[in-house]
Amino acid sequence: MSELKTLSWQGLWKNNPALVQLLGLCPLLAVTGSFINGLGLGLATTAVLIGSNTTVSLVRNLVPNEVRIPIFVMVIAAFVTVIQLLMNAYTYNLYLALGIFIPLIVTNCAIIGRAEAYASKNPVGHAAFDGLMMGIGFTLVLVTLGALREILGNGTLFSGAETLFGDWALSLKLTLFVTEHKFLLAILPPGAFIGMGLLIALKNYLDKRFEQLHKQPAKVVQRARVTAESQ
Amino acid sequence: MSLRLASSPHQHQQRSTAQLMRLVCYCALPGFALQCWFFGWGSLIQFAIAAVFALGIEAAILEIRKKDFERALADGSALLTALLLAICIPPLTPWWITAIGAFFAIGISKQLYGGLGFNLFNPAMVAYVTLLVSFPVAMTSWMPPVALAEQGYDFFDALRVIFTGFTADGYSLSQLRMGADGFTMATPLDSVKTDIGLGLTLQEATSKVQFADGFGIGWLWINLAYLTGGLLLLKLRAIKWQIPVSMLGAILLVGGVIHLASPDLFTSPWFHLLSGGTMLGAFFIATDPVSASTTDKGRLIFGAGIGVLVIVIRTWGGYPDAIAFAVVLMNMTVPLIDYYTRPRTYGYQSRGKKR
Repeated sequence: MSELKTLSWQGLWKNNPALVQLLGLCPLLAVTGSFINGLGLGLATTAVLIGSNTTVSLVRNLVPNEVRIPIFVMVIAAFVTVIQLLMNAYTYNLYLALGIFIPLIVTNCAIIGRAEAYASKNPVGHAAFDGLMMGIGFTLVLVTLGALREILGNGTLFSGAETLFGDWALSLKLTLFVTEHKFLLAILPPGAFIGMGLLIALKNYLDKRFEQLHKQPAKVVQRARVTAESQ
Repeated sequence: MSLRLASSPHQHQQRSTAQLMRLVCYCALPGFALQCWFFGWGSLIQFAIAAVFALGIEAAILEIRKKDFERALADGSALLTALLLAICIPPLTPWWITAIGAFFAIGISKQLYGGLGFNLFNPAMVAYVTLLVSFPVAMTSWMPPVALAEQGYDFFDALRVIFTGFTADGYSLSQLRMGADGFTMATPLDSVKTDIGLGLTLQEATSKVQFADGFGIGWLWINLAYLTGGLLLLKLRAIKWQIPVSMLGAILLVGGVIHLASPDLFTSPWFHLLSGGTMLGAFFIATDPVSASTTDKGRLIFGAGIGVLVIVIRTWGGYPDAIAFAVVLMNMTVPLIDYYTRPRTYGYQSRGKKR
């Protein structure tokens, strides 16, 4: 149980793939123009992570050490192809919106990193759970950044929800404000970099505050004065 | 003969930071006043908005960083940044766009890098580039000269347009921008660029009414006023001559060569020198002591680089004026320039030279 707890804490916060390991930044910065795009790519990445971690863990004792990386990549590529075909079939508009970044999940370092660092050394259950938690951690960052950029740039939230959830989700779209001059920087790539930097700063700040709150008071040693008090 | 003995340091700082910043502000005032004269009260209101937000944001961030904000505010650097920003943006820009600009100038490009003296880029220019990229329509809505406008506007009209979008009589910004002949007017640089892009020759492009004095009404005088202010700064030794001279020289040289090569397609170098923000850029913006090169040779290279980039971007780039982009791009090269132009330390031989 404690292993699962550690895995969750690592994936969601302490070793978050996006905020701490800074892996998979290319899709992170490129598709987070809106909440739904971020969520779509996050879910796809999570699915691939769970699948690849499980498979790599299953075959970990059969794979010769020398050729493990190509085999991991092929496993990941197979899962990405499956996800891509599924999205093409069921969420076609989202598939068009995400474009090249779905096949590019193959090259997401967070996935091969987890396969190499964790799944290839641990039993199936734990590996799958690790994939799930890392995926959720990654998705949360994508969604936060996507929401921030969508609100600042467009004044809307959840626009395009119908591309992921179907037509009933059209009513989910919130319009927070309407403006003649949109804040284009938030939607353009520089906005992603600045937003990402601010999110990382916020995480580090929270960590520091948490540390300060829970710091053990240092042991104070009373110094025995052996000389006379100076006047 | 009496010998005066003084202990080190023997080289004194002539002015404090606050004095220097105030001096630069004062020298920019003639140009700023002329700008208000030719294009209306808007710029003055923009300065007030930018100053309030710049000082407020600087105080807030310094408070978070637990620094002494009263001392930092008193040095006037935020005020100078606000002034430069207000000069650059169109007079009747909505107030919140100016506020975002002040945030990017002070918050992002100055305080996040560590405050005054640590910023890699010129804060006012980063803010201007951010706004230009973010709000291309609002940031290119420059007003026609008051003399040519169909609809004059006074101080309170300007105030109402900036805060609500409409004057008391219900005129919107786009109606106020209408010229006497019923066409909205771009800045001279913008207008010439667009017309040449449409296939007109330079003579046809500059035959419009706003080019009555050859350079675009108002812009010639504004640039001359900034030139005067800049020469005063040079005279008072607030800035060094290398950056302005090499920058204006590069504009004259490159602009002159391409103009001679094809006089129908490329404007004369004098037009480049005396229109847009050239003089302001050369004397007040490129000479920022923090983000510019710090060696004499380096300053020459830095200025020349800005000059070349200005011509290249104005002629072949996507935006009509280029001072901000050129300055920010050259700011990036400053560490490299400084590294290769380190002056010889007194008492050492320069490399490669044998005794």
